[in-house]
Order: sequence, then structure tokens, then C-alpha cells
Amino acid sequence: MEEFEPTIVAFVCNWCTYTAADLAGTARMVQSPNVRLVRMMCTGMVDPKYVIKALLSGADAVLISGCHPGDCHYINGNYKARRRVKLLSEILTTVGLDPRRLKLTWIGASEGNEFAETVNELVRDIKALGPSEAASLGAM
Amino acid sequence: MATTSRIEVRQNGPLAAIREFLAKVLADEEIASVMAVSNVRGAMMPTVVTDPEKLSAVDPFAPAFHLNAARQVARLTRGEMEGHMAAVLRPCEIRAFTELVKLNQGSPHNIVLIGVDCYGAYASRDYHAMTRANGSKSPDERTLEFMGKAPSGGLEDPAATPPVAQACRVCEHPSPEGADIILGLFGADASKEMWAIAKTPTGEGLLNRLGLPDADSLEARDRAVEEMAARRLAALEIMNAQTAEKISTPEKMADYLADCVNCYNCRVACPVCYCKECVFVTDVFEHEPWQYQGWARKKGALRVPVDTMFYHLTRLAHSSTACVGCGQCSNACPNDIPVMEMFRLVGGRTQAAFGYEAGRDPDEPQPLSVFLEKELAEVTGGVD
Repeated sequence: MEEFEPTIVAFVCNWCTYTAADLAGTARMVQSPNVRLVRMMCTGMVDPKYVIKALLSGADAVLISGCHPGDCHYINGNYKARRRVKLLSEILTTVGLDPRRLKLTWIGASEGNEFAETVNELVRDIKALGPSEAASLGAM
Repeated sequence: MATTSRIEVRQNGPLAAIREFLAKVLADEEIASVMAVSNVRGAMMPTVVTDPEKLSAVDPFAPAFHLNAARQVARLTRGEMEGHMAAVLRPCEIRAFTELVKLNQGSPHNIVLIGVDCYGAYASRDYHAMTRANGSKSPDERTLEFMGKAPSGGLEDPAATPPVAQACRVCEHPSPEGADIILGLFGADASKEMWAIAKTPTGEGLLNRLGLPDADSLEARDRAVEEMAARRLAALEIMNAQTAEKISTPEKMADYLADCVNCYNCRVACPVCYCKECVFVTDVFEHEPWQYQGWARKKGALRVPVDTMFYHLTRLAHSSTACVGCGQCSNACPNDIPVMEMFRLVGGRTQAAFGYEAGRDPDEPQPLSVFLEKELAEVTGGVD
């Protein structure tokens, strides 16, 4: 049987994690190809709807990643993202989604290594976890 | 010590006594209007009363709860006002209003909140069925009958015909704690007396000017409130456990919402669903025909309307932290989806996650409107 290849949607901020992802790419670090990057100006503008829509549309996990606390280009967007992720996590686990399917990390612009590692680790975790519980819901 | 007055109930009963009390409130020099539920053409609706004559139709104890008036109070207080308005409200209306004030959609200035000790109300459908069945009874008679039956707690038994609404059966806030003045019924013999209890300086000022006699001890009321809250909390716990099981997987959640027709009545009825324009009625959700065909091909069969699960999860994300459990969502649902149950469960969890309780304290900021630099380390795997 073919190995399960999870689909992971990653919302990354322009100033830190996107740059880190770019660095990981140009430095030719080995990364799992399961991640679809969406570049946002800030994690603070990741609307909970984006996360919900991704999970209902077949994503097996959502990664949100931005600047380290104190480093946000817009001063405090990442702190707001953290509260939203907490909120979403409470809601999504109540309806039976595994909490590991929504991940928030801080990855600075120079941390290409960290980005590649985070992606590889997440893909490994989600492969072990299997397809999303919400995958069959489609457009319900 | 805060002022506690006695509202004497004479031969003509508690409704006459409360109308007399509100007439005194309306006559106060600082009060320009009284907002309270009235019998308007046979329907129990919030009204803004300026003419004391019209107080004869007022009935704040009616077991009908067709809408949570918090939204109306917010609209009436946002901006310049002529004089003060005294608003007679249920506890959940006051708590929802508190949430709207935090969102700058209403103002606590120029308003005196008079909260009623609330025995709950029937679901609108049950209330209408009852009025049709007992057409000969006047609305006053129906209210008095309800006031006679409610104190024993018997109407909270699901087997009662009919019981009060499910939201009321699990309401742990029957006492209107956020009010300026509480109209106290709990523990009182409503054929003899009620109480007016000042809880704030505003309430105390008004109550002192009304010149009512002092009340004796409120011990009976305190005991009754405690008992009710304990009973309701126990019922809430059972309900939450049942709901948790019913929506414990995405598949079960889909079954739970299967009858939803995307009418969005629950969001219209919700007093704290705060967006001025709901994203679900904007162009964002005007999908193209080819998109539907694509989704259908992917699954073999596509349920329309689409985005049902998306809508409910989004509303939980937007409003569950402000949910006061008034139950108007369930009351408004044409297909009897237990929306309130879902919100009480999820709202309980999301509010607890931030150490927040909707409607508890006007000075407590809504959890998604603030943040701390160091918090919630568990969200980022221990890194903060």
C-alpha cells in the first residue's frame, strides 16, 4: 500500500518564517514536499476562517508560523495569533480533531534550519496520526 | 449598607404592584423612559414607555422570551440620549448587553438596569401553542399562573407540559447580578411582597428617591438563589456531557447539524454575534457554478446549501467567548437544531481557556481583544 502523504497548509508571515522558508530552499535543505505555503503579511492576520476552511477542505494539518515574541514587524500580531490558535484549538478538539493538527511556531528569518526541521517533524507526526478526521466532510 | 426596599403586593396582585413600582420609576425626575416587555397586540415584546398610562400593558414576568433585548438596549444607548432610560431586563439580557458595551456597540451611561429575578421562559413555540390552547386566558392570567408554578422548580422538569426552555433549565445565573436594581422574587411570597435591591450607586440613588419602605432580611432570597444555581449547574453538567458525546467527532458534528438549512436565524437572534455585516452573506460565499460542480465531482454527491459546518464553526470562533447562554439561537431555529447546547459546551470551554466569563464584569476585557506577552506557552510547545 502506498504511504499516506498528508497535505499541510502553512500560513507563514512575510517577515520571519517566509524568509526562513526561502532560506531553507536556497540553502537546499531537505524538506518534506507536503507543505503548501501561504505567505501572509503577519500571523496576526490569519483569520480563524482560513484555518477552518483549510481543515474542512482536506488539509490534514495547519501550520501557522511567525516571528518570535517581541520580533513582530507589526509589534504584536503574533500575540494575537497565539490567542486565536488557543481559541481554535478548544473548538476543534471539542468536535474531535486531534490537537496536533493545528500547530503554531515561532521561526525567525535566519532560522532556515529550524523551518526545515519543523516541517519534517510535523509531516512525520501527521503521517503517524493518519488522515484528518474531518477529511470526509468536504463542503458540509 | 445598600438599600433594599419592599414592594408591597396588595389585593390586585404582583403585576399591579410592579406596574405601580415602574410608574414611580418613570415619575422620577431623572428617568425619561422605562423599557420593559409589554403586551403589544397579544405579543410580549420590549417597549420603550414614556406615558405612565401605557404601563398597564407592561409585564416583565411574562414567561415569553421572543428576543434577547440586549441588542435593542445597545441600539437605544449608543450616542446622545434624552434623559435616562430605566430598562427592565432578564439576567441574560443584562449579561449580553455587558458584552455589547465592551464592543462599543452600546453604552452603560444614561441607563439604569433593573434586573428581574428570572424563573425562565417557555420556548416561543411552546408559548404560542399554549396561548392557542388556552385562548380564553388573559396574558396577565397566564403570567400569574406561571409565577405560581415556577418557584417549586417543577417547570424545569423536562416532563412538564410544557417545561421552560432548555436554556433556562441550565441557567446558573437566575439572579441579575449586573443590574443597578434587582427586582427580587426568589424566596418571596409574591402574593404579599417583592423586593427592590440596589446593587450600584446609580441604583441606590434612584431607589432612595422612590421612598419605598425598607425590607427586612433577604436571607430567604439568598438561600433560594443558591439552591437554584446549584440545581441548574448540575443540569448544565449533565447537558454538557451529553452534548460533548453528540459532537465528539467531525462525523457526529455533521449529523448534529444535518437539518441546518443555512437560514442564519441563529446568528440574527444571537445578541452577541457582533459583526455589522456577516461574512457569510457577502460575496466571499457567492461561489461560482463550476465550483459546485467540482465539489460534487470530488465526492459524488454534494449537499446544498454548502458551508454549513464552516458557518457553525466560524460562529463558535467569533461568538462563543461572549455567549451568555440565553438560548435565543435554539429558539430561532426552524429545524430544532440544539444550537444553544453546542454553544454552552464550547463557550464554557473557550471562556475557561482564557479565565473569562461572558457578562460577569464590564471591566473584564473580551479575551480576543487583548493579549499578554507571556502566556499560553502550551500553544507553542512550551516556547513563549
